[in-house]
Amino acid sequence: MTGNRNARTREDDRPSDTDVSDAEGERRLLATWATPRTLKGVLSTVDHKIIGRRYIATAFVFLILGGLLALAMRLQLAAPEARFIGPDRYNQIFTMHGSTMMFLFAVPVMEAVGVFLVPLMIGTRNIAFPRLNAFSYWIFLSGGILLWVSFALDVGPDVGWFAYVPLAGPEFSPGKRADIWAQMITFTELAALAVAVELVATILKQRAPGMSLDRIPVFVWAMLVTSFLIIMAMPAIMIASSTLILDRLVGTQFYNPAEGGDALLWQHLFWFFGHPEVYIIFLPAVGMVSTIIPTFAGRPIFGYLPLVMALIATGILSFGLWVHHMFTTGLPRLGESFFTASSMSIAIPAGVQIFCWIATLWAGRPQLKTPLLFVCGFIFTFVLGGMTGVMVASVPLDTQVHDTYFVVAHFHYVLIGGALFPLIAAVYYWLPKVSGRMMSERLGRIVFALIFLGFHGTFFPMHFLGLMGMPRRVYTYQPEMGWGGLNLFVSLSALVLAAGFLLFFIDAIRSARSGPLAGPNPWNAPTLEWATSSPPPAYNFRRIPVVTSANPLWDNGETLPVAGGLNIDRRELLVSSVVEALPEARESSPTDSIWPFWAAMATSILLITSIFTPWAVVWGSIPVAITLIGWFWPKGEPEDEA
Amino acid sequence: MKERIVHDLSHLPLHGLGTASLTWWGTCAFMLIEGTGFALSVAVYLYLMSLAPAWPIDAPAPDLLAGTLLTCLLLISLVPNLLLRRWAEREDLHKVRIGLVVMTVAGVLPLIVRIFEFPALHVSWDDSAYGSITWLMLGLHTTHILTDVVDTVVLMALMFSRHADKPRRYGDVSDNVMYWNFVVATWVPIYICLYWVPRL
Amino acid sequence: MIARRGVPLPALLALPLLPGCTGMQSSLDVGGPAAGELRLLIVSFTVICGIVWLLVVATLGWALLRRRPAGTGARTQRQLTWAVSLSVAATAIIVAGLTTLSFLATRSLGGGDGEIEVVAVGQQWWWQFLYPREGFQTANELHIPVGRTVRIRLESADVIHSFWVPSLSGKMDMIPGRTTALTLKAERPGVYRGQCAEFCGLQHSHMGFTVIAEDDVSYRKWLTGQAQPARPAATEEIRAGQAVFLAKPCAACHTIRGTTAVGTAGPDLTHIGSRRSIAAGLLETTRGTLAAWTADPQTLKPGTTMPLVPLTSIELRQVAVYLESLK
Repeated sequence: MTGNRNARTREDDRPSDTDVSDAEGERRLLATWATPRTLKGVLSTVDHKIIGRRYIATAFVFLILGGLLALAMRLQLAAPEARFIGPDRYNQIFTMHGSTMMFLFAVPVMEAVGVFLVPLMIGTRNIAFPRLNAFSYWIFLSGGILLWVSFALDVGPDVGWFAYVPLAGPEFSPGKRADIWAQMITFTELAALAVAVELVATILKQRAPGMSLDRIPVFVWAMLVTSFLIIMAMPAIMIASSTLILDRLVGTQFYNPAEGGDALLWQHLFWFFGHPEVYIIFLPAVGMVSTIIPTFAGRPIFGYLPLVMALIATGILSFGLWVHHMFTTGLPRLGESFFTASSMSIAIPAGVQIFCWIATLWAGRPQLKTPLLFVCGFIFTFVLGGMTGVMVASVPLDTQVHDTYFVVAHFHYVLIGGALFPLIAAVYYWLPKVSGRMMSERLGRIVFALIFLGFHGTFFPMHFLGLMGMPRRVYTYQPEMGWGGLNLFVSLSALVLAAGFLLFFIDAIRSARSGPLAGPNPWNAPTLEWATSSPPPAYNFRRIPVVTSANPLWDNGETLPVAGGLNIDRRELLVSSVVEALPEARESSPTDSIWPFWAAMATSILLITSIFTPWAVVWGSIPVAITLIGWFWPKGEPEDEA
Repeated sequence: MKERIVHDLSHLPLHGLGTASLTWWGTCAFMLIEGTGFALSVAVYLYLMSLAPAWPIDAPAPDLLAGTLLTCLLLISLVPNLLLRRWAEREDLHKVRIGLVVMTVAGVLPLIVRIFEFPALHVSWDDSAYGSITWLMLGLHTTHILTDVVDTVVLMALMFSRHADKPRRYGDVSDNVMYWNFVVATWVPIYICLYWVPRL
Repeated sequence: MIARRGVPLPALLALPLLPGCTGMQSSLDVGGPAAGELRLLIVSFTVICGIVWLLVVATLGWALLRRRPAGTGARTQRQLTWAVSLSVAATAIIVAGLTTLSFLATRSLGGGDGEIEVVAVGQQWWWQFLYPREGFQTANELHIPVGRTVRIRLESADVIHSFWVPSLSGKMDMIPGRTTALTLKAERPGVYRGQCAEFCGLQHSHMGFTVIAEDDVSYRKWLTGQAQPARPAATEEIRAGQAVFLAKPCAACHTIRGTTAVGTAGPDLTHIGSRRSIAAGLLETTRGTLAAWTADPQTLKPGTTMPLVPLTSIELRQVAVYLESLK
């Protein structure tokens, strides 16, 4: 591998990182890569760490907002025929809760963790298409603001996060509420698709030399599969939400049965996206768990290959399940039974994952630090949610529990238990890398206890409520139904859960400000993100690591093999081959630019005004085109060379 | 952590071409997104057709002339397009400039024909679900052509500027060629769907 | 740690609680063969899945807490490979078994023709029931004879609703532009509550109905009674109430057969006095609730399509007495 660099002809005469001392190299890399601390710097930065951090922080703000809505609903449901919240506001609240949690929290936060971590884990200097990354964040932010400002103005959507037609159609939802929902979808999907494209290109082409496919960290595999799911699934919701807007705005007839349209077409399109959506949220969590367990078990993951195959199998299967959301719509029984089989079969790759994790813990010497505690809480909770998932996959059984609180319990088990618990584990695990400071182990245990007990107290009784006949999406229920006691218990438990989250946020903020310093690798973890300082410098790595095993920091002793020869005076990173990650080119990486911000603003104006007039699409596209040209037109920088 | 330099990258080219270029992968990913979108719109078309007692709903089948003419124009445009790729690979600036001018014209012509395609459908978007889906598919594809034409024009301007003669610009031209091929390729199933399926 | 704290709590509470899940609208409080079969399916799935879950959690706990002998290596790896492979195989077998179980249940529940056909139409936010053979319609109260299969044809007048009587059967959606169907059969006489299970707008929460399963004699008596026009006004007060009803906007939305009230937007009120509840299961039918509902529907059921019709207190009383008399 070692080349005699002096004997080769150099492609350019700029200094590379091997021509100067380490300290001088770092100084100049910083000058090349750092984001200036000015307003323009803030709006122009394309550093994946800064954007990832922003993305994560914004998503957590939406988590808090969505959580407050959940508490409001629990207040209203604590007693029968309560009058705290009327039906109109309640319908807005549960729609906002679902839409916020799915589109503004769960999907963005998982992608954002990928934006922050993937380039570090694969040993590169920035994400691919970093300006698109900046654009994605601003679009996401605009979509979130659009939704929440509408809610504050009492025009928040009120037709459910699923917006079934004809209820969401022009006849039964006059006004702009459903349009705002549909356009919020366009914003968030645009943002999600952009990140997916970046991650696919980054993971396939920017891996450190030697990181062949079988040495990619499982989290990175998970993000790759997730990105493909986004690419294949999100167009369905884009088509669905666009046709809904067209029906509402210009009178198309897609969903009007009187003119040849069909109400179930919406459900097919929505769930063709909606079910993969669940795995878009869950697969990154699988990756997080698969990364955290080996660190705290002190040994490599058991069954790397089966785990990766399980990820891919889950991704493929997720496109064959959507009809299980439609078992009560009267579709042919034989077809439905096929979807029972496909839905249940997803338990097999899920089983592979669970058993591999338990095997890793078995074979290792687990240290029950807070991240591992949450991972164990995850297995406990997620497996239970998986079991109820098997139940709702059965067509006849589903006819009893569909659209009841049983299903509410089920998907909170798989979403909170299956994705949020791993995410909290990930925060405890990776926040030291982000901020350079440790979170509190003592508080972490209290946080875990509160969240774990609060969660099960809140959601376990909902299974019974569902079996006792309580439908979803009701703003109240009558006293004679006999659901009052359990609902009160649920509402009280929700307070415990909320207290857990409050303490978690306090711990995170306190730690980021004044926690004990972490050092580069506080957990003695094996993956590349721990090879650089905490927080990592703007350029991520002084030199690009050379990977010789799946656990580079465990298998290389005290020194890290690296590759030298990248430019330090222009933003440059390494492009490598897809399978074996052999170096192919030294590619420039785009510099900071304000244009993605303006492009996002122009796009936002187009999308928001198009709610009011279809012509906005025509004249609104002019500023979009101008900002895009500004974005791509070369500025004669060194990065534009060659 | 201490470092040990085991590999030297300084001999690598400053820009990768083809599959070694990030933009190539980005373009592919966007084509996958749009391809999925078009495939879904075809699926919606067939789904609505399967529900309707008669198809097209309350309308005659579209006139063939404009659509077929446009199909021919698109297919013919592949010739200069593929030549353009060859010139870009040879980094022949003069010919690339000519090719881009030709491709701009080859992009604008179908847009003109497209204007006659909408009335040839003999149905309005708000008449029936049939009208809605046909207008949607035609509209989506029009946007598709339009975006690529704008892209081609900007690229042409770039190739007449001082930023032109660089490997990465020729890479951009190749990616643009690939994208135009994709625009043509997606049209074929839509054309069959819109013009020939109603005649089955 | 987690395993120890967690296991006894939900898992062991779960099974004994299942039979306790009773209530007027419980899927476990069975009144007919279909619901009985579904309850069996729910219990079987719960038991099987519960055992699997317990095994997984126990293994996790063991993996975390087991005492670790010094120095293990290739042998552990091989044993683990076996254990994981066998567990995955067991998962596949269990999943296949449950799929088969589900499929068999689907087959035995498979609809079929009914001896009686009723049409149910979902409306925002009430239920319209039509008995085509007898040629009358009623609202929010469905009568069926015990021991006979009733086929319900499901339609919707506006948005998607879902017809669900948990004690008798699973649910089925009512979709505009489509017709779906469901069969009901009650084994014992009784009153079973149903509710809309698909979100349908503002008053989705108050869209209940009652199914009354009765013996053949009572059922026929009920049919005959319902097919009659409204009984003529017997007292002065009732007559006054009828006059108010017909003179005010009420008659524009409601039908009372035998009078000039022929509106179709709201429920048919010909025999409203005979129904157990009003406003789609919201209130028990009494003179008082009828008066309260008529006086201020928007407070009792915010968003309901029934407008507030200004009436004097005397008119209100008369209308309530009149409606109550419509047995």
